[in-house]
Amino acid sequence: MPESKGAAEPDIVIESVSKRLGTKPVLRGISLSVAEGESVVIIGRSGTGKSVLLKHVVGLMRPDAGSVRVDGLEVSELGTKELLELRKRMGMLFQGGALFDSLSVGDNVGLPLREHTDVGEAQVGLVVKEKLHLVGLEGVEEMRPSSLSGGMKKRAALARALALNPKIMLYDEPTTGLDPITSDLINRLIRRLQERLGITSIAVTHDMRSAYHIADRIAMLHEGRIHAIGTPAEIQSSSDPAVRQFIEGSAEGPLLPT
Amino acid sequence: MNETDAETLPESTPFRFILNGLRDTGEVLLLAGDVVRELPQGLRKVPLVVQQMVAIGLGSMPLTLIVALFTGAVAAVQASYQFRDYVPMIYLGTVIGKSVVIELGPVLTALVVGGRVGASIAAELGTMRVTEQVDAMETMGISPTRYLVVPRVVAATLMLPVLTIFADVVAIFGGYMVAVLTLDVSGHTFTSGLRLYFHLRDVFSGLIKSVFFGAIISMMGCYYGLRSEGGAEGVGVATTHAVVASCLLILIVDYLLASFLFRVLFA
Repeated sequence: MPESKGAAEPDIVIESVSKRLGTKPVLRGISLSVAEGESVVIIGRSGTGKSVLLKHVVGLMRPDAGSVRVDGLEVSELGTKELLELRKRMGMLFQGGALFDSLSVGDNVGLPLREHTDVGEAQVGLVVKEKLHLVGLEGVEEMRPSSLSGGMKKRAALARALALNPKIMLYDEPTTGLDPITSDLINRLIRRLQERLGITSIAVTHDMRSAYHIADRIAMLHEGRIHAIGTPAEIQSSSDPAVRQFIEGSAEGPLLPT
Repeated sequence: MNETDAETLPESTPFRFILNGLRDTGEVLLLAGDVVRELPQGLRKVPLVVQQMVAIGLGSMPLTLIVALFTGAVAAVQASYQFRDYVPMIYLGTVIGKSVVIELGPVLTALVVGGRVGASIAAELGTMRVTEQVDAMETMGISPTRYLVVPRVVAATLMLPVLTIFADVVAIFGGYMVAVLTLDVSGHTFTSGLRLYFHLRDVFSGLIKSVFFGAIISMMGCYYGLRSEGGAEGVGVATTHAVVASCLLILIVDYLLASFLFRVLFA
């Protein structure tokens, strides 16, 4: 049974988690903990299991071995109701935004409010407007997600993830595919959410600019484990050849092109 | 999302085929259990159910009616050919009426709607799955079963009998038109034959079957759609599987239900 949260327990604790997808081992005993209010960025090459790790935190996947605790609760042991309560306190930004095609942008952002709170329609409209304003979007409520650009979709999706004022945010490649200016807007927004609202977050990215901007700590995922972890300054001055190769973006080094 | 021992076996061994079949059966039953559990909550989403009823019921109506019209027409042609010299033409209406309400109406409607609706459900939910919309729904604490599956299953289960009633009427009308216009059978002869040995339980048996067919079509669409993976190709595979599985199950369940209804219940 889930025990209550201890005083010293970090918000998110991942302990020796292993996961195979089909026959392929993706995570091989990975451990990572994120303190309350901390922003951790996970870097690593495509296909190293960064997104898979995020899906374990939010309970979309269950570990083959090991444990994932969020807010002191063992995610894989939660029943439907407890998992729902936990998820209301978490927000996740998906790679492609994952806005629902069948709903307008405004209804997308308002959906969590309509499903999980008793607030009236007028209040929903206000919150939708406020959240969209927060991510720099105005007057898109009536538009269909399919008519938005990639960057607008991602920002609308971020507004939706923030609708219930989560205390934990998970970002799956928040800036991939965005122009540098929109990327910077998103980076600043993520940083601001953390500083002003004390949101705990894990972001997955291979955009190093973004990583330096939003991270308190950067962890590099390699071969299913945390290969290196440290502050942005520590990672930048690391002498580990794999880390150096990755942050410099070089095809030469211990990491082979795939 | 699903790893089973089946996936560690080499491709296309008979074992793998059997294990996949067992896994699919088990997972469909689990999904059906979820649907039953989520039914009371899902039914509160009236707009979603109505939206699906329009898409599945009204949307399939033209196709169903055209198929029914020609089914009745060909039934009249074939039956009159078989009857010639042996059976009096008064029985033409009888045999068309009975074969339509018991078998042709429900089964052909289900097969046609299965192709149309099963494919569209699988493609829509499959696209939602591969673009992470289903994952997003779950992380928002919204059950995809309640929000996506229940409205579709409820709508299809309610609308298939309705479509079948329309199909029955139009198919008999098609048979009547062919009989009167081209087969030299008078309208009175046809309708008298239709009334002869007419039992309401025959119509009900067809409608009971169509309820099951509606559940099969929507469940297969939802199941294969939700478990699709790997982009556009995966959605295509899911769509094919949904339609093939619907058609097979419709015919198998048709046999089982016919055996039960006519050998046990109405025997």
